[in-house]
Amino acid sequence: MSQGFAISIQVNALRYPTKQAQPVLQDLVMQLPAQQWTCLLGRSGCGKTSILRKLAGLLEDAEWRGDIQADGQGLSGNIAYMAQQDLLLPWLSVLDNVCIAERLQGRSLSQDTRAKALSLLQKVGLREHAERYPHALSGGMRQRVALARTLLQERPIVLMDEPFSALDAVTRHKLQSLSFDLLKGKTVLLVTHDPQEAVRLGHQIYVMEGTPASAHLLPDLHTDPPRQLDERSAELQTYILRRLGGEHG
Amino acid sequence: MANWLRGITATLVILGLWQGAISLWSLPSFILPSPLAVLDVLLTRWPMLWSHTWVTAQEILIGLALGVSIGLCFALLMLLFRPVKQWLLPILIASQAIPVFAIAPILMLWLDYGIASKVAMAAIIIFFPVTTCCFDGLRSTPAGYLDLARTLNANRWRTLWHIQLPAALPALGSGLRVAVVVAPIGAVVGEWVGSSAGLGYLMLQANARMRIDEMFAALFILSLFSVALYFSVDWLLKRSLPWHSQ
Repeated sequence: MSQGFAISIQVNALRYPTKQAQPVLQDLVMQLPAQQWTCLLGRSGCGKTSILRKLAGLLEDAEWRGDIQADGQGLSGNIAYMAQQDLLLPWLSVLDNVCIAERLQGRSLSQDTRAKALSLLQKVGLREHAERYPHALSGGMRQRVALARTLLQERPIVLMDEPFSALDAVTRHKLQSLSFDLLKGKTVLLVTHDPQEAVRLGHQIYVMEGTPASAHLLPDLHTDPPRQLDERSAELQTYILRRLGGEHG
Repeated sequence: MANWLRGITATLVILGLWQGAISLWSLPSFILPSPLAVLDVLLTRWPMLWSHTWVTAQEILIGLALGVSIGLCFALLMLLFRPVKQWLLPILIASQAIPVFAIAPILMLWLDYGIASKVAMAAIIIFFPVTTCCFDGLRSTPAGYLDLARTLNANRWRTLWHIQLPAALPALGSGLRVAVVVAPIGAVVGEWVGSSAGLGYLMLQANARMRIDEMFAALFILSLFSVALYFSVDWLLKRSLPWHSQ
């Protein structure tokens, strides 16, 4: 399995043509350490998804000035993307959805890939649902299929855009643990607006503040993720909420 | 209430009202024949009715196949080549502003009095709803699916084949449902303008000979055919697109 590498992001300015008055992002610097989870927190509309879309090569309608360095390697072909919606294709079975990259890249499904996909479905607890269709699954199950699809691509960098936000609290907690376990060794950027999720999963946490927004790295988090929901994490969450609310105490 | 039971009840109510109107106003059979008289024509003149039904059915089914194929091709052309859309869409809209009655004589002139002109009429009347529904479906592919395809390095054609076309099937299905209902109109209008066989031709002949019961029998068969066609297509679509029926 390919190991994640470090990424350095510098945004001088990011501006959308429809909002020409001022940029959405300005003077933003972020470092994503290799094989670690970096959580990016911010209020709705602050531009956090724009950063993720830029990394994924999906940002087309914006004027971007900045630089992305990726340990001497290109990002194209090295990124897997997990969105808020599971993006399962309803006309394909669970197994075919997990293997969708083969179809989209014009390759026939090999026995080896099929075996890997079934093994990943086993890991996410859905082996017996391989032949079912997405509409027969719950939201949590569908997001686990999306996780298996992401893992099958064996890409070193995983970009996650609030993938757990539509789930109930219990399912979200389980899926966070599962994702953290299965994505070990990859460089992960998780965009979220849930401080608890960021505190639980992030090796490091950036909070986006201001207008135009820039990213601020939280000070030493002391422990490694996944963190227990204890007094220390509660303090961190309170601190993050204050910063998101515009208090800088 | 089950669908079949609702259908039978509605039919019985209509037949009852029909018979009631005849009894109440003592209508002569050349104005409104009784349901029993129409049934009698259906039973006794079935071979003749069937031969005309078969002609109209062929016109409708071939017209449907042709119209849906043309509609799908136009939708794909407009999606893939923006200039084609800019040039083609106004022409398509203008083509729909011309009544089918107006173009029927021209088609007779060009394609003769045989089946070809009626097939063309049926195809012309349905390709526009199919084109617009399919084009709407193709350009409304959820953005997330297209993002996924791009991050998986899919090219334009594979994205079209594996994502955009399947995602547009429910919209194409809506166009098809409209098409099967209006295709018989095109075929019958074509038969009215000039033909030697078909249910439209039979209606004209029956009308001229004051055989109103025969006219009603032809109308009944045409309605039954349209309803059967609609529900068959609806059933097929529901079976083929189970995620959309959920």
